[in-house]
Amino acid sequence: MADIAFSGPRGPKPRRRLSGRNIMIYGTLIVVALYYLVPLYVMVMTSLKGLPEIRLGNIFSPPVEATFEPWVKAWAEACTGLNCEGLQRGFWNSVRITVPSVLLSILIASINGYALANWRFKGAEFFFAVLMIGAFIPYQVMIYPMVILLRELGLYGSLTGLVLVHTVFGMPILTLLFRNYFATLPEELFKAARVDGTGFWGIYFRIMLPLSLPIFVVAVILQVTGIWNDFLFGVVYTKPEYYPMTVQLNNIVNTTTGARNTM
Amino acid sequence: MMDQTHHASETSLSIKGLQLSFGAVQVLNDVNMDIRQGEFIVLLGGSGSGKSTILNCIAGLLDVTDGQIFINGKNVTWDEPKDRGIGMVFQSYALYPQMSVRGNLAFGLKNARLPRDEIAKRIDRAAGILQIGDYLDRRPAALSGGQRQRVAIGRALVRDVDLFLFDEPLSNLDAKLRAELRVEIKRLHETLGNTMVYVTHDQIEAMTLADRIALLRDGVIQQFASPGEIYRKPVNLYVAGFIGSPSMNFISGEIADGQFRFHDRAISLDGYDGHPRDGAAILGVRPEHTGFQADGPESGIQATVELQEHMGAESVIYLRLDGQRFALRTPDDTHYPEGTRLNLSFDIARASLFDPQSELRL
Ligand SMILES: Nc1ncnc2c1ncn2[C@@H]1O[C@H](COP(=O)(O)OP(=O)(O)O)[C@@H](O)[C@H]1O
Ligand SMILES: [Mg+2]
Repeated sequence: MADIAFSGPRGPKPRRRLSGRNIMIYGTLIVVALYYLVPLYVMVMTSLKGLPEIRLGNIFSPPVEATFEPWVKAWAEACTGLNCEGLQRGFWNSVRITVPSVLLSILIASINGYALANWRFKGAEFFFAVLMIGAFIPYQVMIYPMVILLRELGLYGSLTGLVLVHTVFGMPILTLLFRNYFATLPEELFKAARVDGTGFWGIYFRIMLPLSLPIFVVAVILQVTGIWNDFLFGVVYTKPEYYPMTVQLNNIVNTTTGARNTM
Repeated sequence: MMDQTHHASETSLSIKGLQLSFGAVQVLNDVNMDIRQGEFIVLLGGSGSGKSTILNCIAGLLDVTDGQIFINGKNVTWDEPKDRGIGMVFQSYALYPQMSVRGNLAFGLKNARLPRDEIAKRIDRAAGILQIGDYLDRRPAALSGGQRQRVAIGRALVRDVDLFLFDEPLSNLDAKLRAELRVEIKRLHETLGNTMVYVTHDQIEAMTLADRIALLRDGVIQQFASPGEIYRKPVNLYVAGFIGSPSMNFISGEIADGQFRFHDRAISLDGYDGHPRDGAAILGVRPEHTGFQADGPESGIQATVELQEHMGAESVIYLRLDGQRFALRTPDDTHYPEGTRLNLSFDIARASLFDPQSELRL
């Protein structure tokens, strides 16, 4: 078909830049952003100062004499107990915990959600109900049973064990997230794919995945922040050489300045 | 009439004793159909009557609770959709948004591991028939509704199957496009000569497309017959009221001495196509089978004009007859003001009588 020339008004839709509404919205956003950025600013500035300058207490002022020495010290030399390798070990432990935990939990949860939303298998409702009950049990209750479970599996104190724990505890909420997202995709698309001869995995990888990037991004953000910042599971299920950075940082602070006691 | 249009008389699709329940809710009850090769079958019914459910059972997208489905003589009740030799077209088009038109058409063929040149050949053929060749490399999002539905039909076409299933394919299109595509689907059927099962709630689509219509209500087939038969001899009150617009008029009365009597009036049943018996009955007369006279005798069937709708070629007059609404349709475009008294006459040869208890046609 030939393109029909478009006559009439042209160009982008006119906008009023400085309407009262926009000023309100942007003003509020800027204030909120600053509120969240100030602590970060204070932290970075303080880290660049020497101890005498910190003691003066002007937390908002930039350093008179910037020094990166504390950074190097924290990264490579700080001691926890007898070990003086600095935070780098904890950092790499955190990476080795977070990456597989995030990938594994999202992979399993998305497949769960897909199966629950699109393949109404026998017992699907029951399975989903059990999973949801799981979401409401405080995880502190399950810490000790989990210790026993990991010990029986021979995974207690290992990184693998901790990855497993993160995967399991992320399962209810992630499955719910994926199930609800997949349920919003048109059912007829799924039917068309079946008529076209695609099976369970084919539909998952070739139809569902490409259409679900937004929800995968949400899941990654949720899991990365949750697992990277985890302290409790890290300290309970691993041993000192595998402690994530959160745990190690806490230990360094405790042993070097005794901060806990003065707070 | 319809029998001449069949290309062959062998059975293409056969449904035997089909039952389907979702939990405790029975959606289909004892559905039986035998569909000949090359027939165009329309499943017609109101929303929720089970049309899509039947189609999904034929396609293998739903597991039946009981009963059997045969395609080309083979029992496919438990076969996968892809192994049934069907192509399916959906109301929402259901094109894969991340693939180009070509990718959409090729998807099923690649899954079936067809050689590349065969795939290209089939896409070319479908593109030619459906005139979608110009936008094979576009994404579905860049197409209009009508173009998308053509592509969706193309996806069924390239599968090169005997049986096409359509689930309300035109319902998302505007009226003009719907009429155009309806004609094209009819033409496609004549070109390809394959069997089609077509779901719709639109009686115009059903009447114009079908060789035979299966009219459904609450998961039960009420009547399975040619459009003409359904129109002329509806098996029961429901079918009679469903087909036709405006709906058939119903008058309660009784039959005696070869006459239908209501409100001291009597109409001879001479020429009635059926087997009337004495006793209570309901007379059904279509608006287009009602004649009228503006100045008839006082003794006739008199009704008062309430409202007249002019549609150019014809008009519909809504009347009040013995306190009840009565519609009639006429090519006469004269305007009859409200309150005009008209003398009605019924074409008994094309009317229907029903038993008020069983609601069946007499
Ligand atoms: N997955 C389902 N679970 C429960 N009930 C369903 C399901 N799908 C359809 N139904 C019910 O089955 C009946 C028939 O549905 P359907 O075949 O889609 O009707 P339609 O004739 O409008 O296509 C409806 O009453 C609907 O509520
Ligand atoms: Mg439907």
